[in-house]
Amino acid sequence: MINVEHLVKAFGPKLAVNDVSFSVERGEVLGFLGPNGAGKSTTMRMITGYYPPTSGRILVGGHDMVENPIAAKRLIGYLPENAPGYADMTVNGFLNFCAELRGLQGDARKRAVYRAVELCFLEGVLYQSIDTLSKGYKHRTCLAQSLIHDPEVLILDEPTDGLDPNQKHEVRGLIKRLGENKVVIFSTHILEEVEAACSRVIIIDRGRIVASGTPAELKARSPEGKLDEVFRAITLPDTVKHDANHEVRA
Amino acid sequence: MNAWANIRTIMKRELSGYFTSPIAYVFLVIFLLLTGFFTFTIGNFFERGEASLVSFFTWHPWLYLFLVPAVGMRLWSEERRLGTMELLLTMPITSWQAIVGKFLASWLFLALALGLTFPVVITVNYFGDPDNGVIFSGYVGSLMLAGSYLAVSCMTSALTRNQVISFILSVMICLFLILAGYTPVTDLLTRFASPVVVDVIAAFSVMTHFEGFQRGVLDTRDVVFFASVIGFMLFTTGVIIRNQRAG
Ligand SMILES: Nc1ncnc2c1ncn2[C@@H]1O[C@H](COP(=O)(O)OP(=O)(O)OP(=O)(O)O)[C@@H](O)[C@H]1O
Ligand SMILES: [Mg+2]
Repeated sequence: MINVEHLVKAFGPKLAVNDVSFSVERGEVLGFLGPNGAGKSTTMRMITGYYPPTSGRILVGGHDMVENPIAAKRLIGYLPENAPGYADMTVNGFLNFCAELRGLQGDARKRAVYRAVELCFLEGVLYQSIDTLSKGYKHRTCLAQSLIHDPEVLILDEPTDGLDPNQKHEVRGLIKRLGENKVVIFSTHILEEVEAACSRVIIIDRGRIVASGTPAELKARSPEGKLDEVFRAITLPDTVKHDANHEVRA
Repeated sequence: MNAWANIRTIMKRELSGYFTSPIAYVFLVIFLLLTGFFTFTIGNFFERGEASLVSFFTWHPWLYLFLVPAVGMRLWSEERRLGTMELLLTMPITSWQAIVGKFLASWLFLALALGLTFPVVITVNYFGDPDNGVIFSGYVGSLMLAGSYLAVSCMTSALTRNQVISFILSVMICLFLILAGYTPVTDLLTRFASPVVVDVIAAFSVMTHFEGFQRGVLDTRDVVFFASVIGFMLFTTGVIIRNQRAG
């Protein structure tokens, strides 16, 4: 469903994503792990067609994101980092706007908005304007937007960021359920989340894939069978060196 | 067809954005007060003793210089500040649909403001017997002028997430578009440069092309000029938006 081949993104001389390749099929939930600044969001922005890649190829459902962006974007629902939304709109207005841009009209649109509102528990804030929402509700509003057209592919950048424990639990359940017959790619800093929801994990560090496999396979790499130790063993030495370099230069 | 549906959706959102905040009403009041002030006080509308709207239209290039960038400055800078640009451009629409939709919404808003000056037309028809054809072409010219300034603001708002910077840049560019053909400036220029050069510079000015409309002459060249300014600025907006993402 999603094929990413030798993806590279350069910002000036800096390589934010450096030769990343993977593919995800229907029925898989892929988790992105990695330290801050690893390139998770940048990779997702390329897959969703926001950043054009410096080089490499992205196929979504067989459509090339660079050559045929509209067809590829139709298949994707995207929750960007920080869950942006139009401050002056109500939740209802915002969701209807997004549904319209997805080509939904009339009754189909009403049903789609209703379904997304139910999935994300937004009934209570439907007519509140987005800039007065709490962080968690703002996040859920943007998540609802990504689900509105019942997409084949979901790309979620830190979907549980800022949610309360109950909502975190709900969203994990939702990801797992959706992953049964769709493609879900999500990034997170919470390692338990990976175990709870992913069928496969990719660990990215400084723009490169440094490990990939099922949560169980990764856990087996540590003597105690703990994911956070594996994560640290793979990424910590590098980040320390990396930070030290930064300080010397600064 | 599909493209038009997307443009309309964007337009609708943008327009309702103006009216859900007090900005729209504040702007309309200021616009109407200022046009009234310029027309009747500085323009000596009544003392002229002629049935025309010359004193009304003469001030539009100057009035718009500050008012139009105030409307256009938020178009893309706000989108970048909120991060909604990422949402908008990952929707199954092309960036030019978004650009045109946003531009048309603000232009429609300016047209509404301009339309609300209709009492001036009624007044002049009540007191005298003006040439309403000239008045009509004056309105068309004014709308084209507003559209050109707006397209400039659209471009500067794509450059920065800071609305103030976007506003100032836009005023500067519009000021240039005025001054290149403003009589005191062209008079000054003729002392240094050959008349041909001065004419070429003046040809880039909105003043040169706005004058025809005020005299009631709907010259295709003037219409083409304004349309090209709008087209060029919107195209540049598209290039800026694309390059920002290219890194
Ligand atoms: N528009 C940009 N211009 C320049 N550099 C950028 C830009 N966007 C991202 N970067 C750089 O690319 C690198 C990867 O950033 P990215 O946001 O993808 O990290 P991340 O893995 O999502 O981190 P986090 O866990 O903090 O969200 C960072 O070093 C960042 O500074
Ligand atoms: Mg990120």
